[in-house]
Amino acid sequence: MTLLISVFAAIIATIVWYKNAPKDEWNTGMLALMYWGASLMWMCDAIFEYAELKDEFFNPAVADMINDSFLGLTVVALGLVIWLVALLVKDPKGVLKAKFQTKKIN
Amino acid sequence: MACFIVPATEAIVTTIAAKVLAKKEMNTEIHHEGSSEIIEKTGFSRKLNWLNNMLWGGSALLALEHVWHGEVVPWFPFLTAAADAADRAEMFHEMATVGVSMAALVTVTWGIMVLVSSRLEKRATKTATQKN
Repeated sequence: MTLLISVFAAIIATIVWYKNAPKDEWNTGMLALMYWGASLMWMCDAIFEYAELKDEFFNPAVADMINDSFLGLTVVALGLVIWLVALLVKDPKGVLKAKFQTKKIN
Repeated sequence: MACFIVPATEAIVTTIAAKVLAKKEMNTEIHHEGSSEIIEKTGFSRKLNWLNNMLWGGSALLALEHVWHGEVVPWFPFLTAAADAADRAEMFHEMATVGVSMAALVTVTWGIMVLVSSRLEKRATKTATQKN
């Protein structure tokens, strides 16, 4: 479930990036790459898990699936938080910069 | 257990490499400022940043999963598996198999991205030359 949720997050972020390309004012390219990186890593993890569990891998317990879903959503939220912090630090529209400069003049 | 440490270590190396390359590329750009020929190309440092984003992002999100499962703790030795000798051996085995595979898969994917973008850039340069 975590892998599935992160893959969907990566696809959505890529679509948003592509819609605004080649301009990437909102830094969505970074968000998409982050989710793709995580998805690839979880895919690798899933392959190793499948090699160990075989058929059992496709029949997880309901409680495990719910727990994994919450983890997936938390992962998506953390990705968004990292992206938001990076966006505010980069400040492409210069909103924060302008605010601090105005304060300095006053 | 601690598989995310391998791609995170690779991310540290590639981030340093990207910073050094970016500085070198900046110097080259200044050197060619007077040139009339302008070819828009994505610098290799920028391409290396794609890998950085994938490695750092993936490692950070995987680290959260390990915290979620109680494998990473905020006190020494930070990894629960590192406290016991038998668990430690298992952890190193996991790092050597799953961790290395993760880093390799992300790097190979990035390599394909670089290859495709280089081909597209070459094609664009060829078309521009033919038009002129």
